[in-house]
Amino acid sequence: MFDTSTSSTDLLTEVTAFLWKEADILDRKAYDAWLELWLTEGLYILPMGDGEDYENQLNLCYDDDKMRRMRIDRFNRGFSISSAPAADTVRTVSRIVIDSVDGEAIKVRAAQHVIEDKFGRQRIWAADVFFTLKKTEDGFLIERKIAKLLNSGGMLNSFSYLF
Amino acid sequence: MSLDTPKFSELDAMYDVENAKVATEMYEDPALFKEEMDKIFKKTWVFVAHESEFPDKGSFKLSHVGLDPVIVVRDRKGTIHCMVNRCRHRAATVCEVKKGKTSSFQCPYHGWGYGLDGSLRAVPYPEQYGDDFDKSQHGMLKLRTESFEGMVFATFNYDAEPLVDFLGPEVCRYMTLFMKQGGGFPVKVIGEHQFSVPMNWKVQLENTTDAYHFPIVHKSFMQTLDEKTEDLFAFMDKNEGWVEDLGNGHSIMMMMPSREDLDERMDDPIEPRFEWLAEEIRKEGYSEEQVKRIVLAVGGPGFNMNLFPNVSFSLSFFRVLTPVSVDQTDIRHMALGMDGGPQIANQTRLRLHEHFQGPMGFGSPDDAEVWERVQRGTQGGEELKILVNRGMVDEEPGVMGPRGHVSAETGMRAAYGMWKRMMDEGANDV
Repeated sequence: MFDTSTSSTDLLTEVTAFLWKEADILDRKAYDAWLELWLTEGLYILPMGDGEDYENQLNLCYDDDKMRRMRIDRFNRGFSISSAPAADTVRTVSRIVIDSVDGEAIKVRAAQHVIEDKFGRQRIWAADVFFTLKKTEDGFLIERKIAKLLNSGGMLNSFSYLF
Repeated sequence: MSLDTPKFSELDAMYDVENAKVATEMYEDPALFKEEMDKIFKKTWVFVAHESEFPDKGSFKLSHVGLDPVIVVRDRKGTIHCMVNRCRHRAATVCEVKKGKTSSFQCPYHGWGYGLDGSLRAVPYPEQYGDDFDKSQHGMLKLRTESFEGMVFATFNYDAEPLVDFLGPEVCRYMTLFMKQGGGFPVKVIGEHQFSVPMNWKVQLENTTDAYHFPIVHKSFMQTLDEKTEDLFAFMDKNEGWVEDLGNGHSIMMMMPSREDLDERMDDPIEPRFEWLAEEIRKEGYSEEQVKRIVLAVGGPGFNMNLFPNVSFSLSFFRVLTPVSVDQTDIRHMALGMDGGPQIANQTRLRLHEHFQGPMGFGSPDDAEVWERVQRGTQGGEELKILVNRGMVDEEPGVMGPRGHVSAETGMRAAYGMWKRMMDEGANDV
């Protein structure tokens, strides 16, 4: 059931603004700002294949708060040759659908297209992205973000940025 | 190099054994790559799968032997077969499911049906082939298949020596030690990361017993470890380990000699980083001895071993390379767990694997970057040589071959020595 205090169009506008803000932060690699978008108990997962028992399967990443902070620290400190410099990215987020609203928790899914460029070579990645957002006094915070890449269970390349 | 005239006199120029220098063409020459596919990947034992990936009767997995797509499958008696994924009629692949279970393979084009052993069972409307059509001559192209310690290898070469002879006694001994990370349970593949890198396959072949790169390329990974674990990975500074040529192009890099045999660590106290895990496993009712064995297994053994030409054992996972073209190689990192072991232990293994390995790990992307940089670098200075002579200064004889400093390039010399031998042997078959 949708929250009756906000019209569904208003909610979609708010959610879209948040998703675009996050996409912009990721393309700018403003990772400290990205960490601020999360609830401490939040999970950031890039699964492989169709399985959904993420805890008991191998994922591309399965980040709790500690891993998320270590990942960002690794990007920021400049010792990782693959991310110093990282590939440049331009992404769009679209086809945003609000699946459910349960109290303060909003489940959203969207399409994300990322084009990366490194060494003058461009690669294209597409992902279905699933968010659980929590509405707080400071705006939305991410409780869960699952980015399912196309061909996630197949042959990929290595990534120096986030989806 | 021209395609039709193998220049074996040039092998010395490709790899200069005495000075351990590799020619730039080794990463760049498409004709040489083609020869390697014929003289190495069509001639020797190539790793195709771990038995746990297709555990039941009728279960199968797609794999590669060099450039050839193959199906690895268990028949109803449990016998393992490996055959080229190609219908004998008009060549269509008979299977495009990466992994699964079946009772037969049927070509989607004209319906030719094959048994789990690759034999041709059924041909729709066979009349037009005449009465003398011999099904037994039209089975799928079979490879020879043998296993050791659950590792399945296949070869096109029916004259190849038995697998265990190719591996040799030291490799077999270390494989058995490696599998102790099952912690008393069978080792099971619990997932795999896959990423393709624009590099020649030998750039990867060099890497698994290369300790020299570790503190440089993986500094950002080391920085995310706690002090005790970081100390475990500081093998370059400790000078306790070694690299050894194990024969037939295989080599071992013993980084943490104290963890060569996990059974010998049973009297040690549990590492502080895994105390929480031990407590969780105790709660499940395991004996103290089992708890210790499982926790040790989660930490994994202390060595990497590279098998010529396509698989390596790296601390706690298998790394498999598949050549795609002269400058493209697919890599798989197979995560290992304990089949039937405590769920929390396997979860820990998964999280440790994700920490370093794969497209978003804290280690693999940096490896992929430097491998690609090698391929990019060899675009220039073609006359320059690639040096694999590190550590020749104080190598000593080991059990099977030379043994050097942990950061010596002994393993690369072992691999290139075998490369040369195989490329030369091929000459006699032409």
